[in-house]
Amino acid sequence: MTAIDLPTVWAFIIAFAVFVYVVMDGFDLGLGILFPFFPEKHDRDVIMNSVAPVWDGNETWLVLGGGGLMAAFPLAYAILMPALYTPMIVMLLGLVFRGVAFEFRWRTQRERNLWDIAFAGGSLVATLAQAIALGAVLQGVHVEGRQYAGGWWDWLTPFSILTGLALVIGYSLLGTTWLVMKTEGALRDRAYHLSWILLFAMLAAIGAVSIATPFLSVQYTERWFAWPNIILTAPVPVAVAAVTVLLLRSLARKYDYQPFLLTLALFALSYAGLGISMYPYIVPQSVTIWQAASPANSQLFMLFGVAVLIPAILGYTGWAYWVFRGKVNRESGYH
Amino acid sequence: MFEGWDAVVLARAQFAFTMSFHIIFPAFSIGLASYLAVLEAMWLWTGREVFINLFNYWLKIFAVAFGMGVVSGIVMSYQFGTNWSVFSDKTGPVIGPLMAYEVLTAFFLEAGFLGVMLFGLKRVGPKLHFMATLMVAIGTLISAFWILSANSWMQTPAGYAVNAEGQFVAVDWFKVIFNPSFPYRLVHMVLAAYLTTALVVGAVGAFHLLRDRHLAGARVMFSMAMWMATLVAPIQIFAGDQHGLNTLKHQPVKIMAMEGHFQSHGQGAPLILFGLPNQAAGKVDYAVEVPKLGSLILKHSLDAPMAGLDTVPRENWPPVAIAFWSFRVMVGLGFLMVALGLLSLLMRLRGALYESRLLHLSAIAMGPAGFIAVLAGWITTEVGRQPFTVYGLLRTAESASPLATPAVASSLIAFIIVYFIVFTAGVVYLLRLMAQPPHHGEEGPRSDLPAHAAGITPAAGAAAAGAVR
Ligand code: HDD
Ligand code: HEM
Ligand code: HEM
Repeated sequence: MTAIDLPTVWAFIIAFAVFVYVVMDGFDLGLGILFPFFPEKHDRDVIMNSVAPVWDGNETWLVLGGGGLMAAFPLAYAILMPALYTPMIVMLLGLVFRGVAFEFRWRTQRERNLWDIAFAGGSLVATLAQAIALGAVLQGVHVEGRQYAGGWWDWLTPFSILTGLALVIGYSLLGTTWLVMKTEGALRDRAYHLSWILLFAMLAAIGAVSIATPFLSVQYTERWFAWPNIILTAPVPVAVAAVTVLLLRSLARKYDYQPFLLTLALFALSYAGLGISMYPYIVPQSVTIWQAASPANSQLFMLFGVAVLIPAILGYTGWAYWVFRGKVNRESGYH
Repeated sequence: MFEGWDAVVLARAQFAFTMSFHIIFPAFSIGLASYLAVLEAMWLWTGREVFINLFNYWLKIFAVAFGMGVVSGIVMSYQFGTNWSVFSDKTGPVIGPLMAYEVLTAFFLEAGFLGVMLFGLKRVGPKLHFMATLMVAIGTLISAFWILSANSWMQTPAGYAVNAEGQFVAVDWFKVIFNPSFPYRLVHMVLAAYLTTALVVGAVGAFHLLRDRHLAGARVMFSMAMWMATLVAPIQIFAGDQHGLNTLKHQPVKIMAMEGHFQSHGQGAPLILFGLPNQAAGKVDYAVEVPKLGSLILKHSLDAPMAGLDTVPRENWPPVAIAFWSFRVMVGLGFLMVALGLLSLLMRLRGALYESRLLHLSAIAMGPAGFIAVLAGWITTEVGRQPFTVYGLLRTAESASPLATPAVASSLIAFIIVYFIVFTAGVVYLLRLMAQPPHHGEEGPRSDLPAHAAGITPAAGAAAAGAVR
């Protein structure tokens, strides 16, 4: 027996991987969703170049989230993936289109517009699918024995559509604030302008999802509102309000870095809220992290790797971002 | 719609289809990443301009191929859960950690340094840039290490126990990772990737030599590729032979299928060269065979007895015809590769390496041979493992997700359509890049990323694309 509670440790590791994925690929996908609002070729080149060196690393966190789930909680992976079959396949196809667009659009003049559409469409579809999958998990899936026992359309409900839209808005806001940080001139002004609109939309979305979630199941209501939990949960909405105020201020003063960093904070808080709702279930209302966990020797074997490798990964990923720091600028490139 | 179809058959078709698309790109990018590291090292060492030109030339091609490898790979990593959920539940504790290590040690390494490798030369300088290239190359090899370990464990499981829930659990991680077929499969696959890349590079070099035999870049790449083919193709045949002997020991039924041995032979089995395996009748029709040679190759003795499929219950037979034919395609191509290597050696000794049209045309014809051999090899391996996913322990039919047939059918159709659009376009772009001759002052993939935060480099995808034209 180990003294530490391995399944809880692993729940945090996977939650961390998924969070890093959400915010990092979040701004990449957000830029794709925003493509229709930047019809100029110049702008699109700059937008693409601002993430070209890092998008692959960002997406790798998704592979860690999925692969880690299979390794650490195989039962959850085996139940959730068939339950989310359609959104998952659609997400993968969306990611195929947006991923190849990074290279393909530079390899052709004639079909560039098509790959721009693939980039924007792939990003939008992948985002919707991810958030619909999340909504579907939150509302619970039908389990019998060790298997999913529902139909292949169970994931589609008003709630999952709501989470879908919310994430499209959220990723777009990450995208515009990223552009504020990485670009200059007219493009940056445009990004500021869009950030305002998206921020209000995002607050509305957070509100709507927060109101809808407790209605999904009694467990969520008790988790949030029962005494004494409320002492622990109340700070979350308070912090959301505080971050929002700072974000509004940073947009009004046209700061460079703050809007992006504060949007990250907003995501972190929403994500913490999600964690509060779900823990300790990994398949809500049916399977806990202890039931789904793979044997201690598998989790321990991987923990050694994670302890050494995640810090190293964060180190060299940070270095890559540092190498490509600063504004991406196209005008000066022209002759 | 889709009555009469079996969800498991569709899931198998989907896995085979998406996997076959995926492996094309790793087979090329594993080899190409190492080749790029060699080119850059040669440039740093000798300072000759031709090496940096070749580096930049192949780097653009690498970027496109790598991108397609990444997107098709992400599909693979989720297919285990979506289509093979029972398999994932049961084997997750054993092969899950291997794949998690692949992500942690390989995918992050590749992805983390890829950006610097593609766009960072001017920003970080040649030394650090070389380090980035090296990391990407090493990452592809580490990736092959882990995924082949996972696959080999499914072929020749070791170091495991079964727990109360029916899951496989590891007892000895060392035995799990270094399971009996793994060393052979790793060597054979990495050599296959190097050969595949050498044949592509050789074909591109030959293509440009046919037009201009004095083109420096084409000469260098052609010569390098032909050395690789000359040296590695014979080693690959030796490795393949050893791999086969190992398979005979651990998966004898697979060898029976590959060899078309329906009947047992008490005194020396023949080597069936060609024929039409007839699964229903349990014999090979129109067999052309060499007596006793089968025993000689597999048991190193003319009269050694060999058991056949007649000793195995029919429900455990793999589809014989597929394994039989795909094996012959691979081996046939392997011998053709050796022949190409020898021809190039002959021409080299005669001083006609850059002149011989025969050699150049042969090299062009053999350009795609590596891909075909890799696919044929994997089909032999995977079909020969049937009807099990974990050999002898977990049946394919019992591994699948509880999915409605229309769900699997529509996703299969979606994959087919999307992959054909995306990968056709990708292959066209790759061929277009390869059709350009490597020239003086070759640009990197895209030079429009500013070299400094202020941005001073010449711009535009258009300019980059124009420059290659
Ligand atoms: C022998 C080599 C080999 C084999 C058998 C496979 N792969 Fe692969 N894979 C690679 C060698 C590779 C690579 C060389 O590392 C790739 C290819 C090109 C690339 O971008 O990285 C890659 C990319 C790649 C990626 C994207 C990594 C990233 O984000 O950078 C994923 C998720 C997978 N693969 C997953 C799989 C799965 C689940 C497989 C089995 C079912 C599989 N691969 C078979
Ligand atoms: C790299 C090249 C590979 C190719 C070309 C390939 C090809 C195939 C083919 C043709 C099948 C279908 C066999 C049949 O149903 O008759 C298959 C099935 C399968 N393969 Fe592979 N495979 C590859 C690698 C892998 C790896 C690395 C793994 C696991 C780590 C793997 C796991 C599976 C599984 C789970 C199935 C589905 C069950 C089955 O039908 O056997 N494969 N593959
Ligand atoms: C001519 C001599 C060759 C022999 C005798 C040979 C032998 C084999 C055998 C016996 C297997 C199946 C092993 C198993 O499933 O247990 C195999 C698989 C394979 N072969 Fe070959 N091979 C040869 C040439 C080649 C060439 C030239 C290539 C590619 C360039 C290649 C690529 C592969 C691949 C990718 C696999 C599947 C992965 C693996 O099991 O290693 N082979 N080979």
